[in-house]
Amino acid sequence: MSLLIKNGHLIDPASNRSETADVLIRGKRIEAIGKNLDGDKVLDASGCIVCPGLVDIHVHFREPGYETKETIESGCRAAARGGFTSVVTMPNTDPPIDDAGLVEFVYRRAHEVGCVNVYPAACATKGRAGQEMTEMAELKAVGAVAVTDDGSDIDSSWVLRRVLEYADMCGLVYLAHCEDRSLSEEGVMNEGYNSTRLGLPGMPKAMEESRVDRNVRLAELTGARLHIQHISTAGSVAIIRDAKTRGVRVTCETAPHYFTLTDDALADFGTNAKMNPPLREAVDVAAIKQGLADGTIDCIATDHAPHTITDKDVEFQLAPFGVVGLETALALTLAELVESGVLTIERALALLTCAPAALLGLAAGRLSEGGPADVTVLDPNAEHAVDPKAFASLARNTPLAGRTVRGQVRATVREGKVVYRSDE
Amino acid sequence: MNDASERTWTRKDLVGIEELSRDEIELVLDTAPQFVAVSARDSGIKKVPVLQGRLVVTWFYEPSTRTRSSFELAAKRLSADTLSISASTSSLVKGESLHDTLANIEAMHSDIVVIRHRYAGAAQILAERHDSHIINAGDGRHEHPTQALLDALTMRDRIRAVRKDPEAGLDGVRVAIIGDISHSRVARSNIWCLTKLGAEVVLCGPRTLLPPRVDEMGVEVTTDLKEAISRADIIYALRIQLERQQRCLFPSLREYIRLFRIDSTSIQAAPEHALVMHPGPINRDLELAADLADGPRSVILEQVANGVAVRMAIMHLLINSGVET
Repeated sequence: MSLLIKNGHLIDPASNRSETADVLIRGKRIEAIGKNLDGDKVLDASGCIVCPGLVDIHVHFREPGYETKETIESGCRAAARGGFTSVVTMPNTDPPIDDAGLVEFVYRRAHEVGCVNVYPAACATKGRAGQEMTEMAELKAVGAVAVTDDGSDIDSSWVLRRVLEYADMCGLVYLAHCEDRSLSEEGVMNEGYNSTRLGLPGMPKAMEESRVDRNVRLAELTGARLHIQHISTAGSVAIIRDAKTRGVRVTCETAPHYFTLTDDALADFGTNAKMNPPLREAVDVAAIKQGLADGTIDCIATDHAPHTITDKDVEFQLAPFGVVGLETALALTLAELVESGVLTIERALALLTCAPAALLGLAAGRLSEGGPADVTVLDPNAEHAVDPKAFASLARNTPLAGRTVRGQVRATVREGKVVYRSDE
Repeated sequence: MNDASERTWTRKDLVGIEELSRDEIELVLDTAPQFVAVSARDSGIKKVPVLQGRLVVTWFYEPSTRTRSSFELAAKRLSADTLSISASTSSLVKGESLHDTLANIEAMHSDIVVIRHRYAGAAQILAERHDSHIINAGDGRHEHPTQALLDALTMRDRIRAVRKDPEAGLDGVRVAIIGDISHSRVARSNIWCLTKLGAEVVLCGPRTLLPPRVDEMGVEVTTDLKEAISRADIIYALRIQLERQQRCLFPSLREYIRLFRIDSTSIQAAPEHALVMHPGPINRDLELAADLADGPRSVILEQVANGVAVRMAIMHLLINSGVET
């Protein structure tokens, strides 16, 4: 039995296709892409965009350890609802994913769920302690797609240098969370006028930028690949732009909230707008958009960080950092980048598909005959209000509740199977 | 405009000064004098039946003697019942969320809950969710609104007395706030309150204790004490905490004294009429020399007396303005 996605506007950034075309799927593969195709079961995509299943290289699914916040199953459902068919999970679970058995556990759970492709990133150092490196060759052998101590930086430059060299030897990219915690007094938000006004301890932009700079220097020293996570400041964009000009093998991502919101969003002490790095200022939002437009920023990743209502319903300084992103990323990208003219729809979708897949060598993010049938159908004009209660994620922690957005996923197909439909 | 009875209070809570209008601040200041009179009765009963049968809970997550005593006394002079809960002594609070604790307090039918908390925003998030009238008695570094109101009342009393003008306000009055601005909720509430009332505010302290972009709150900022107080009508010294030195925010108390202490030498840079204020408790001879604290320029004890009256005024306005909860 075949599945035909018919009459959609097909956009495949990897092959520079943007035209009306049908996609015929048989089994787990795309059999044909073309006009006037026939299939057994038809999914009418009139008025919709048909693109590769989206790829998010930065999510937290909390399992093992924090299954009240999210599980691999609920995280996968959230991904599917958001149009994502491939995700890279971060290893800051409990226990942290720092040995082969734990990588295998994530794969096994994802396989049991059978919803989207889950690619685990493993720890760069044992226990994420920043001291001894993990057995990266073995981690790579069992399928870890990257190494990272995400959630914290590696403070010791000695250790980071060796991690970069060793990971590069193993063919793994190190994903860097850039943050010098010693530069803040238990900071919880961007340092600026708003932190002064609210009396909340600030996190100066230099906390991020000084480490982006150091990490870039170490990549330059070692010649190793370095990927910088969730950049949030104009200064970080400038450092990376400059490094790329020098030929440093550095790439970076940003998250939708950094091109959508500023620290004005937490004026009412709303903990759902508390994340790390923190929401910055208008000048940073503009620089992030510029970095996306000129190619300095290589992809969009959500940093989907679920927390329970109980976790977040506390004093601002006691609330955990994090915001969910899988189910709002596409709409924010369309609104803030495409509608506002920063990027074409084709380029925006590249940053959510083939670009992130290429960074980590994932076989995902493109539509090709014979390739995996991971396809997303989205209606770019469907206007709706963000409704956290409708999330497939277990978590509701978003500051965007009630915000009117345009662009809704109609269907998500992974390995030929419809894993999400908006009308079901 | 001086008749408080013709204006009405429309807020359920007092969370901060930032959101208040000048009229609202003046309403509190104009409501307070009648309660100053209650406390100052030489004979008879220092009490009015304004809050008879009401329950006022003081709920303090941080140790405080003076603010808590002032609120409790204010409640008692309004004939309210009072209940005092401390985070350190109460099993009610341990491991329980802020909202759950307040829900338990409210189950005892509280009317007003006065909260002091070490984290910014605590009073605001409670006020948004719960029915009790919330009074913020200090939340982290954010705000301490009743302190600013009692300070403004004290300043206004003195300005009116000096100018022999019972209608005088704080327009054009220049206030220098000296010390650790970064960690001070008193400074933030005073900045809002004084600027809304038309006063000029200049902040002065070590560069390391001035928060970023604080000038955007509508104040002048300097690290030069002489410059700060040279035209000041009021010099407001903040308490300096020794642990800031351990956090590498200034090198020593000795050097702090050298640059920022208000004493008989440094105050020579100020006009002769300049008054000295302090929110207490004072570190004698540290941020403020003992002889000045006790001298004729000091209005520190007037601040304390006005504190009770201002808190009585606020409780009266919250309960008797007819705002539905």
